[in-house]
Amino acid sequence: MSERHIRGGLSKTTAALIALPLALLMLVAFVWPLVGFVSTSVLDPAPTLAHYEKLFTSALYMRVLASTVVTAFVVTVAALVLGYPIAILMSRLRGPAAWIVTTCVLVPLWTPVLVRTYAWIIILQRQGIVNDALISLGMIGRPLTMLYTTGAVVVAMTQVLMPFMILPIQSSLRSIPKELPQAAHGLGASHFRVFANVTWPLSLPGVMAGCLMVFIIALGFYITPAILGGPRAQTISTLISQQAFELLNWPFASAISVVLLVLTLGIAAVFRRMLRVEGMSLHA
Amino acid sequence: MRSSAGTRAFRLVFAICCALILVYMILPTLLVFPISVGGDSYIRFPPRNLSLQWYRAYFEDPEWRSATFFSLKIAALTAISSTVIGTAASLAMARGDFPGRRLLAGLVLAPLVTPHVVLALALYFHFAPLGLVGTTFGFVVAHSVLAVPYVVLMTSAALAGVDPSLEMAALNLGASRWRVVREVTLPLIAPGIAAGALFAFLTSFDETVISFFISGVDHKTITRKIFEDVDFNLTPVIAAVSVVFVVVTIALMVVANMVSRGVKRA
Repeated sequence: MSERHIRGGLSKTTAALIALPLALLMLVAFVWPLVGFVSTSVLDPAPTLAHYEKLFTSALYMRVLASTVVTAFVVTVAALVLGYPIAILMSRLRGPAAWIVTTCVLVPLWTPVLVRTYAWIIILQRQGIVNDALISLGMIGRPLTMLYTTGAVVVAMTQVLMPFMILPIQSSLRSIPKELPQAAHGLGASHFRVFANVTWPLSLPGVMAGCLMVFIIALGFYITPAILGGPRAQTISTLISQQAFELLNWPFASAISVVLLVLTLGIAAVFRRMLRVEGMSLHA
Repeated sequence: MRSSAGTRAFRLVFAICCALILVYMILPTLLVFPISVGGDSYIRFPPRNLSLQWYRAYFEDPEWRSATFFSLKIAALTAISSTVIGTAASLAMARGDFPGRRLLAGLVLAPLVTPHVVLALALYFHFAPLGLVGTTFGFVVAHSVLAVPYVVLMTSAALAGVDPSLEMAALNLGASRWRVVREVTLPLIAPGIAAGALFAFLTSFDETVISFFISGVDHKTITRKIFEDVDFNLTPVIAAVSVVFVVVTIALMVVANMVSRGVKRA
């Protein structure tokens, strides 16, 4: 307290006063709406757990929950497998090549998710680029149905979320002192052993941060599944919006939201030390 | 370093894989450019005849125009409100103490990991009885919640980089606390404030899910309009809109990144 005072600190009253607008904003537009919305799941029409019972006893809804978690997991693994080599490239290259790779990672991150999802429709639809190419190469006779499948959602979502995997991993890789892999090489270790015993373990903080980030965003992702998934590839978030706006079953939508909130905020709270959120725009 | 045939082959394979992955990442962004200058009446790739008809269609359509202006207005107001609120709170948290300081510091980051669809429904549920759905005020409040974490992150980082002895010197020379804030602290963290404001603007401009749910019939954001057209009316005009959207976003992001790199160096 006295140290703050010396450092040109603000008095308790002044500090409280200028922090008040933020506290009010968070209260009025975040805490209160969420609490109000969430409480309908147990209070509407009377105190009840019926909405949760309906959710957890229905095979259909449980399948949607499970497939959302599986999709998020697959997307996370795919983003890690595809993103790790790019992170290595980013951390090692210099000059124009480094500039090209960095552009390829940042430009998608800065392209609105909506625009990228629109592009995936053009790529995957029946008269889309992939089908046209495969037909003209004679590999298939009739166009394949790719849009409105879980596969389409996974392909597009992995592309959308990959920068969140690559950026933390490359910052971990950059912080590894160059002497360490060199020393391992000098002592006769093969490239594979240097990677397995030096580079990979030292990059784990970045890998963990990236995986957590991608998994959390993927669980609650709405735009891409809503546009590319269609009715056959429902996720928790499209189920929530369908229950609220199409079926007007707000208490049930609220109960599903609670499950989604517990999953995402729970994971974020448990692993908060490993998450790095700085400078990232989620657009989810 | 040793370089056997095996290593060289491995490097070649690694380079090809990386090139393919990079194409996969960048392709969707690049794709909207050729589609937007197509001369046919439907989406065709590669386009046969070049034309600017879809750009004309975008700029001449009153619905697209008003959606664009509405989005710009909301984004500007959100940038102003969240920058003022966020910067003031960062100052309070970095240079003062008050009850609930830690709680507020944690709470302000929560919107970053809250699924937008849940927040969107909660806001709709909360705003509808108050008549705030589809209003400028409702949008600015909702978007400020999403934008203010970025402002707080950027300005807190900038404040952490300010040498306390500068503020102390000004105080010792007899300046009032308020004058120190105004004439020493704020000018020193100006790059952080600017970067925060740009991120706030973009957060609002690109925001889709909440805008989709709280848009009214008259007041639509550009993201809501794209979302509707992607579902019902898939024409190349969306590609033209997307190009404008992407160019604006990337230009602002490049500026914001340059400014925020200045914060880290300072």
